Amino acid sequence: MNHSISLTVNGARRDFVLDDPRVTLLDLLRERLHLTGTKKGCDRGQCGACTILVDGKRINSCLALAVSHDGADILTIEGVARGDQLHPVQAAFIAHDGFQCGFCTPGQIMSAIGMMQEAQAGSDPERIRECMSGNLCRCGAYAGIVDAVLDAQGQMDESNQRRSA
Amino acid sequence: MPELNLTSAPAHIRHGSNIGQPLTRRDGVLKVTGQATYAADNHLPGMLFAVIAVSSIAHGRVVSLDVTAAKRHPGVVDVMTPDHKPQLAIDPEIKTNPFVFRMEALQSNEVRYANQPIAVVIAETLEAATEGAVLLAPRYESLPPLVGLDAGESFVPPVVGVGNPTENHLGDVEAGLASAEKQIDATYETPPQYHNAMEPHAIVVQWDGDRLSVDMPTQGLVLSLARIAELFGIAHDKIHIRSPFLGGGFGSKGLMGGPPVLGIMAAKLVGRPIKLVLRREQMYGPVGHRAPTRQRLRIGADGEGRLTALDHHARTVSSTFDDFYEPAADASHTLYAAPAIRTSHDAVRVNTGTPLFMRAPGEATGSIALESAIDEMAWACGMDPLAFRLKNYAEVEPISGKPFSSKALRACYEQGAARFGWAKRSLQARQMRDDAGLLVGWGMGTATFPALMFQAEARAAIRRDGTGVMEIGAHDMGQGAWTALAQIAADAVGLDIDRVTFKAGTSDLPDAGIAGGSAHTATAGAAIHSAGAAVIAKLADLATGDERSPLFGAGNAGVIARDGRLIRRDDESRGESYAEILARAGVAEVEARGTGAPNPAAMEEYAMHAHGAVFAEVKVDPELGQIRVSRMVGAFAAGRIVNPRMVQSQLFGGMIWGMSFALHEEAITDRRTGRIMNANLGEYHVPVNADVPPLDVITVDEHDPHVNALGIKGVGEIGITGSAGAVANAVWHATGVRVRRFPIRIEDLLTQS
Amino acid sequence: MKQFDYVRPATVAEAVAAAVQPGAAYLAAGTNLLDLMKGGVSRPDRLVDVTHLDGLDAIETLADGSLRIGALVSNADLAHDPVFARSYPAVAEALLSGASAQLRNAATVGGNLLQRTRCAYFYDTASRCNKREAGSGCDARDGENRGHAVLGWSDSCIATHPSDFCVPLVALDAVVEIEGKSGRREIALDELHCLPGNSPERESALEPGDIVVAVRLPPAARGFAAHARYLKVRDRTSYAFAVVSAAAALRIENGKVAEARIALGGVAAKPWRVRAAEDVLRGVAPTADAFQEAAWRALTDAKPSGDNAFKIELARRIVMRALTLAAAGTPARLPALPASPFAATSGAIHA
Repeated sequence: MNHSISLTVNGARRDFVLDDPRVTLLDLLRERLHLTGTKKGCDRGQCGACTILVDGKRINSCLALAVSHDGADILTIEGVARGDQLHPVQAAFIAHDGFQCGFCTPGQIMSAIGMMQEAQAGSDPERIRECMSGNLCRCGAYAGIVDAVLDAQGQMDESNQRRSA
Repeated sequence: MPELNLTSAPAHIRHGSNIGQPLTRRDGVLKVTGQATYAADNHLPGMLFAVIAVSSIAHGRVVSLDVTAAKRHPGVVDVMTPDHKPQLAIDPEIKTNPFVFRMEALQSNEVRYANQPIAVVIAETLEAATEGAVLLAPRYESLPPLVGLDAGESFVPPVVGVGNPTENHLGDVEAGLASAEKQIDATYETPPQYHNAMEPHAIVVQWDGDRLSVDMPTQGLVLSLARIAELFGIAHDKIHIRSPFLGGGFGSKGLMGGPPVLGIMAAKLVGRPIKLVLRREQMYGPVGHRAPTRQRLRIGADGEGRLTALDHHARTVSSTFDDFYEPAADASHTLYAAPAIRTSHDAVRVNTGTPLFMRAPGEATGSIALESAIDEMAWACGMDPLAFRLKNYAEVEPISGKPFSSKALRACYEQGAARFGWAKRSLQARQMRDDAGLLVGWGMGTATFPALMFQAEARAAIRRDGTGVMEIGAHDMGQGAWTALAQIAADAVGLDIDRVTFKAGTSDLPDAGIAGGSAHTATAGAAIHSAGAAVIAKLADLATGDERSPLFGAGNAGVIARDGRLIRRDDESRGESYAEILARAGVAEVEARGTGAPNPAAMEEYAMHAHGAVFAEVKVDPELGQIRVSRMVGAFAAGRIVNPRMVQSQLFGGMIWGMSFALHEEAITDRRTGRIMNANLGEYHVPVNADVPPLDVITVDEHDPHVNALGIKGVGEIGITGSAGAVANAVWHATGVRVRRFPIRIEDLLTQS
Repeated sequence: MKQFDYVRPATVAEAVAAAVQPGAAYLAAGTNLLDLMKGGVSRPDRLVDVTHLDGLDAIETLADGSLRIGALVSNADLAHDPVFARSYPAVAEALLSGASAQLRNAATVGGNLLQRTRCAYFYDTASRCNKREAGSGCDARDGENRGHAVLGWSDSCIATHPSDFCVPLVALDAVVEIEGKSGRREIALDELHCLPGNSPERESALEPGDIVVAVRLPPAARGFAAHARYLKVRDRTSYAFAVVSAAAALRIENGKVAEARIALGGVAAKPWRVRAAEDVLRGVAPTADAFQEAAWRALTDAKPSGDNAFKIELARRIVMRALTLAAAGTPARLPALPASPFAATSGAIHA
């Protein structure tokens, strides 16, 4: 049975007919929309490599059926930078060497952006570690990841202050 | 493939050479924007999806597969089975060289381990292929599986690791033990571990007649190419492999395993491009692992804490059909001076996928046992663990008697201990608490890893516009080859890094050897260095032989290359740019090749190893037994550091693996079925962010003129060694409980409170 | 994943009608169901997607002072609701100690209650499992069972319920509102999950078509806000199921325990309320001796189901510690590492 669904992906509305309700958001992005920045590390919600923002919240796209998310607003790693202008989190990941192989990186970055929006961790490294624990990094770049998040959080706090001043 | 858009740091500051600068990753922008293309990110027109079906039994044979049910599922195109598959040119069981492993390519119905591939379902969609594999509903004839370190009669393998002797001797161990004032006799167990790179093994493959185009992650492009060529009976130049980025390898992508071969076969069977990606649970079988060990250490010391004997025996396992033996006892060859040393191995065969190199194979496994035992021995002698290690410091490599090419381990001990504050450690265990009442323990371990060199070749060119090209089929699995090797390349051709086109990651480039053994930067770097020198020499020939050049008559030895110019060594005001030289000579470019290889003469004379000292602090809840590492300091001496930023990251990663070895990782095998019961990232625990404390790495200056032309020793694996033992020893120091089975678990620490 | 029909009902009544048929399953966030479907453990023919139903995602205080949580409220939204976190701190702490931030953002209240066991033999479809396939046997019984039940298990099944959320909920007398083919009813959360007995395939009191629409905390549950903690011992610092966990909540009046609530997680096929231990504390001073006695009573019926005797002693110590932490007072802000022994606000160590 075909299912018509519409999604907003990185700001653009996409309408399509899904011929199979088994397709997850992750497989839809990767195999049908060819947005392969989002990675599949475990396909079971155990590694975080597939993290995307759905309606502003970070989730594991491997455990989300596309058909159930009809109407959702989706942000993936491809939609984070503004042209050549990297998002502060992206730039901070480079500056702090917050990755090695880079495979978990899109998920880490999406998770970090989602975490900042949740505003639960602030600039407390221990809270950041806990709140980023849903993203495994086998290379062991955790120290750089935490430093990158702290740096980006600081930059964003500063620019928010400037804006409100 | 379109050229990769690599960028260097937006505003890196460079003083003098490129080597030694902490450049940010040149592939950084690609990786943080999702544009870095890993194998499974490729799509080809008309591509089908292939999903492997694996065995749920560990021993026996497949009696039936419901191919009809699978094919009935909408979208399923074909099912590849032992009875329905393209023929290979050679038997995949034949070992044509030591770097070839026997693999499952559906050659029979026999099952030798759980998770062995038994069929491949090919379909229009991933969903259809995945369900098709389930619908095969295999029926088996089961035989009792061999499981565990006591599965059968043990035997002494002919070699361990890659060609290491199974046994090594120095002096009379029994006499040394008999004469000892203090002795320990301790047995340690380490579990099977799985690499679990974040990127599952994947292949996207397309046949075009007898030409083969492959995207797959590999740590050995040319080895993989050769294996594919022999299996499919095609010439090397008909195969093109792209592996620009690996999502981690750790050894599991070093040698060609069965799954990518099945992908190539499937593409041949259906005549269409194929994408085949392993499911996470399928990575616990056909793509290697670290074998379990049981290690007995008997150590003696005299009244002053000087070792009298060191006996290290390791039992390990291999598969029932191939040979790889974790060389765990070899860890005792280099670190501690004893008049008598014996290392030995034996093994049993079990129903498992064949074990393989996993980050510091043997070194990591042996290190945690050796460093625990040394700690126990120090305690038995009533000595501080660092003082005990210094007392038994090896001035020459103990068994071989060779001098070290360089060894800054004393400086590592000193600087690491100072940074950590080791001097304040209590000798006795269970003495320290934090403000919350948690037990605090401090432990240390010595790190070591051999400085290896393999074979590599590189091609360098200088172009008429004054820019350079360096080509080498090198592999970036996260260690930073795109950046570090480009830095070496820039220095090799005397150009700023932005003026050198650095090409790597494809099989049509000169052979960079294998990215393993912590030797890739050294080996590929040496080839790059030599290719650069050769191309500069050619350029110099053009200039010094041309009377119109200001360098005329300077002779090769009298010219140096710097910032795109050749200048006279004796008068730096005289020189000219590469572009000027080439323009005048009327050639578009000059090119040259260079090689990197081990130096047998130096190896004969010197023992070559990197060293380090790791200090760890753990906290343990005294009543609940939960453990957390609260800080780690590692001081490492590994020769020349090409990129300090990336070296630090590599060492951090290794230290985290060490912690993981001590506290987390373990594949749990059901002893009745031989199935791994935690073949997933939820229950096979690797450290999460919250497990990892602030880490501190010191790189100790070390100049080594012998290891290779660049003086590089490698840092990919050493971080695990020492670290695992340091954490284990810290747990003892915190609790007074010596746990000899790894990983250390909560229940091991509940005995006291 | 097996092919299935996907239906998206417009009302709860339509949902019940669609789900009453054999082979149907409700889909909420799917964080557990999809995992099970990918593993071949669950193979439903029809998914009834309830995520688009209206009215199931509210957190509301009722006139009598009860709190009613819609079944589709996400774990994260509930835990971060300031009023909720202040009123039921142990529940918020339990929620935030579970899974990962991504999973908590998706997973729903109703789904959390109805998640399945993580027993490896239940997940491994090649193993015999009475829960997955009635009457097939239990390979966990003589298998790798370090993490299995020490309370309420039977020879048919030694699996545990993995929820953190349910542990403080059951301690606080939470009530589950259910809509089914014969209308709405409610039961105590303590009665939602079944012990295995001879029929471990029956995991809950739900009938075919039944849907959890809300969870309610009675007015009295607020009375413990000043002294309520959740403590969870894990094999890694975060993103791991409990080896053993406990919720402890105290109402302290005039220096005495007026009322105590204690429940254990990771020890049985259901969140394990220990009323006998609560009784020990009623009317006594909150002393270490009293807590020790309560901890002892909490585990009197425990017995190992395999290689897991350590969990009994561990559970005693966790009860002791959780009570000590609760007595010390709920922290003003949840610790950085919720429910962890390494939470900075610990400091209740006696040994």
